[in-house]
Amino acid sequence: MSGGAGNPILYLDGVSVVFDGFKALNDLSLIVEAGELRAIIGPNGAGKTTMMDVITGKTRPTAGTVRFREHDLTRLDEAAIATLGIGRKFQKPTMFDALTAFENLELACKAPRGPLACLRWVLSPATRRRIEGVAEEIGLTSRLGDRAGVLSHGQRQWLEIGMLLMQDPELLLVDEPVAGMTDQETEHTADLLRRIAGERSVVVVEHDLEFVRALGCKVTVLCEGAMLSEGSIDHVQNDPRVIEVYLGR
Amino acid sequence: MKRFLLSCFLALLLMTSGRAQEGFVAALPGLGASFGETASAVEKLGASGDPRGLPILKALQDGTLLRAGDGRILLGQGNAAVDAATGAAAPADGAEPVRLNNRVRSALRSALGQLQLLSPDATERAAAADAVFRSASAENIRLIDTALARETVPAIKEKLRLALAAAQLAGTEAEAKRQAITTLGHAGSTEAREILLKAKAADASLAAPIDVALTEIDRSLAYRRAAETFVQGLSLGSVLLLAALGLAITFGVMGVINMAHGEFVMLGAYATFLVQEALRGTPFAPWALPLAIPAAFLITAAVGALLERGFIRHLYGRPLETLLMTFGVGMVLQQAIRLGFGAQNREVISPPWMQGTLLLPGGIAMTQNRLWIILFGILVFLLVVAAIRFTRLGLEMRAVVQNRRIAATMGIRTGRVDALTFAFGSGLAGLAGVALSQIDNVSPNLGTGYIIDSFMVVVFGGVGSLFGTLVGALTLGIINKVLEPYAGAVLAKVFVLVAIMLFIQRRPRGLFALKGRAAEA
Amino acid sequence: MTPAETPAPERGTARLALRLLLMAAILILAMLPVLNQLPVDSALHVSDFIVSIGGKWITYAVLALAIDLAWGYAGILSLGHGAFFALGGYAMGMHLMRLIGTRGVYGHPVLPDFMVFLGYKELPWYWLGFEYFPYAMLMAMVVPGLLALIIGFLAFRSRITGVYLSIITQAMTYALMLAFFRNDMGFGGNNGFTDFKELLGMPLQTANARAVLYYASLALLLVSLLLCWRIAASKLGRVLVAIRDAESRVRFLGYDVTQHKLFVFVLSAMIAGLAGALYVPQVGIINPGEFSPGNSIEAVIWVAVGGRGSLIGAILGAFSVNALKTWLTTVAPDLWLFALGGLFVAVTLFLPRGLIGLFSREKRA
Repeated sequence: MSGGAGNPILYLDGVSVVFDGFKALNDLSLIVEAGELRAIIGPNGAGKTTMMDVITGKTRPTAGTVRFREHDLTRLDEAAIATLGIGRKFQKPTMFDALTAFENLELACKAPRGPLACLRWVLSPATRRRIEGVAEEIGLTSRLGDRAGVLSHGQRQWLEIGMLLMQDPELLLVDEPVAGMTDQETEHTADLLRRIAGERSVVVVEHDLEFVRALGCKVTVLCEGAMLSEGSIDHVQNDPRVIEVYLGR
Repeated sequence: MKRFLLSCFLALLLMTSGRAQEGFVAALPGLGASFGETASAVEKLGASGDPRGLPILKALQDGTLLRAGDGRILLGQGNAAVDAATGAAAPADGAEPVRLNNRVRSALRSALGQLQLLSPDATERAAAADAVFRSASAENIRLIDTALARETVPAIKEKLRLALAAAQLAGTEAEAKRQAITTLGHAGSTEAREILLKAKAADASLAAPIDVALTEIDRSLAYRRAAETFVQGLSLGSVLLLAALGLAITFGVMGVINMAHGEFVMLGAYATFLVQEALRGTPFAPWALPLAIPAAFLITAAVGALLERGFIRHLYGRPLETLLMTFGVGMVLQQAIRLGFGAQNREVISPPWMQGTLLLPGGIAMTQNRLWIILFGILVFLLVVAAIRFTRLGLEMRAVVQNRRIAATMGIRTGRVDALTFAFGSGLAGLAGVALSQIDNVSPNLGTGYIIDSFMVVVFGGVGSLFGTLVGALTLGIINKVLEPYAGAVLAKVFVLVAIMLFIQRRPRGLFALKGRAAEA
Repeated sequence: MTPAETPAPERGTARLALRLLLMAAILILAMLPVLNQLPVDSALHVSDFIVSIGGKWITYAVLALAIDLAWGYAGILSLGHGAFFALGGYAMGMHLMRLIGTRGVYGHPVLPDFMVFLGYKELPWYWLGFEYFPYAMLMAMVVPGLLALIIGFLAFRSRITGVYLSIITQAMTYALMLAFFRNDMGFGGNNGFTDFKELLGMPLQTANARAVLYYASLALLLVSLLLCWRIAASKLGRVLVAIRDAESRVRFLGYDVTQHKLFVFVLSAMIAGLAGALYVPQVGIINPGEFSPGNSIEAVIWVAVGGRGSLIGAILGAFSVNALKTWLTTVAPDLWLFALGGLFVAVTLFLPRGLIGLFSREKRA
């Protein structure tokens, strides 16, 4: 179920992150192809979030290579990496509570990001239509004028996914998107992510194995900062090492 | 041995000989006749070596030596007087004080030196040796020889040897001069340097050996200056440490920014003042300072606990508001003290055992109170470290800081821990106030001068690291004092502030940063 | 503010009322120097004192506006804005000193009195050009702007935020105060600059000069207000609010946070500098005391009292706190510091959105 053959968009090799002697990532290697949808699972503390942090520039790796297309991500800061076309949804939905849902989407919209460009920014009818289109996709059309701070947890999850769509990135990093969603919403999310993949690459970190199964993609299992197993969901679920990690002894 | 006996004999001769007796009696009428005569009389008294001359010369120095209308010399004692020659009481009516000019003063200094060199009191002899050394007069050679022979205290002997060298240098004997130059070179003091420079100007043939000696002196002076700078820096560092330790708890550990911290330091100083006033006139008065330590701690801790429970706790998670609020509290405290105690400085007296100057090996001078502050700073630091590491409160405090919710579920009353921790940090500010009352003016704005520096120490050392605070305080103290001679105190401060800002560029979390996930929060 | 939403009706009326109040306030402010010209026995006469103190407060209001732009919108709580204000003031002061010319005590044609006194032979290089008014006004903006650029660049680049930034800016103004107290800096040391004679050919002690300076200040206030409004209403304003509330999230959206913060910080410093430049000729003196950290933090409390994040609030705060100060320092001088300290406590604890928060029910930005 891997995407285009031999066209890696994200390339991690031998990546280690050490905090005060504690190895959060241990010689991790991972390749994501262009247009691929990939799920990452693993127990708590396996290094999933740290891996996201390394890719998005929040954490600098102690050792190893991190490349996005031809760019060396270890040399860039968060903003530059985001501008390259990597979007991230956080485990805990994070947005700007004082701004309305509309304004949150507007900020995420792909456009020049400098202070003067922002000062001169005029909302074009096309952009407004795009925002309204995304709002419809995430089911927030009726709440566009409300401040993000008053939205429910599920709506915030959706809003953040909407912001990700507005950013129009080549690679989406999605951390636990369905936490706090109803079954129906979860299904909708899986559907959405499957649709997005193909044009873009999507990496999903998730605990919910049913959801991962619904994604129907290649799965990477992380444990103690390293890759434990990789393959289809059925393959990894039957891998004895994975069973040992999840069930213990 | 032979020489020793000879010296003793000579000394005896000097002390008791009829010539000396005559010298004493003959010298008296000259006093106060004219400046010239007074000076020569003083010189005679000095040369006589007669101990009876000492009180007369001292009286002259103190301005209590009187000359009656009939030419008798009297020692004034308040309204009464005694005759200097006979010791009998005499009326002081109409007697005029003997006046001094510079020539008389210089004669008086060396004469006093001469007489005191043989005094039975060791401190008097030491002072006299210094005086004779400074006068650097060849006339004193014989006298110093005598004194040197009788002297038993090694430190005074050393002084006398230097004095002898200085005197010999002013003399005529070439070989003695050369030796004197070497001796003075070893002395490594600014006085020796001056004497050598004078000798060089007077006798060009000595230029070469004197230059050698001068280089030696300069080297040891530079060394001593460096050592003194270090000690001063250490002492400033301890002050900063004391002021910053409380912040390291409230800001570093709890994350509460308390701009009233400087005012807590000020309260500690005023508590010291209050304890001193309360104990004035009681047998406990000499112990006011040690007793002020717990008093200041408790008072500021109580104010801190009130501030935390009453105000700060409502602003947790809003650091900028906390900053402004506590700044306002600081203003109110300052103004309250200003109205209550007045704006002028209050004097806190150092107990006798903290006064005076201590001479460390190598001639490094250090005032006693600075030494005590360094010791106090280190002691408080160790106590704080121990308190956090080994007490129940310390454990609960660390638990609450790391994970408030889990600590609460384990039955720790987090509110109580917050209050106690904040009170502890505030109490430490009070301790800093006790220390500062010894070296700074106790005034309502005492704390303002220290608050920014203290924050810099905590930020520089690494927020949350007590060890970082220690290293940060001492480093900043020393850097400040090292820069001062070149840049002046004010610019040194400016440089340090700029340097810290640049330093934060490289290490945004300070010297001893917490790393990893805990630091992200 | 976005076109997508329709404002709630009550919010609309509250805003309209506020706008009308604002227009009335501006009108009254604009009338003061005119009323000052009325005969003294007229009921509408306004005293010289009111005009001169009004002009001073207007410059304070501009400073408050500058602080609010950085703090209320971008979350940069600068405790050193007094330094930018004072630097602008010093630039103007240097110009005014050059204009004294031979009227000084020593009558030196070029050197100000204090330089003659200190034995200067010629003007230090950094004094050159200050005899020209446009250059001095340019410097009143450029110097604070440059300082803000350097400090801001160092701080924002290494992601020094929140209270750390506040303390650093406080240290900055403290260091500048110490430096300006020194005689050898060439800025008049302790005494600073005073005894100004004229500006742009107007003798300073006249009603005419007072009125001109007053209107200049009012114009600066209105221009700054419009500029800040323009920023607040633009996407930049929303980026700044986003930075204030979740700085790192803004980075992950691809915005260079350092650039945005620098932009607003430098702009804010330049506005503060201009305010200082207009303040100095109206009070007739500038000295290193203006750099004292207490001044900066007092200006911050104006904004807090008025309501941070609201531009009108900042102006309202500057006027009301200074009115309280003027009244209290004449009635009961000892109480003023208690009142000011109390304001800090009361506003942060009980009125986090300031006076303006009392007007609008719903929380804006």
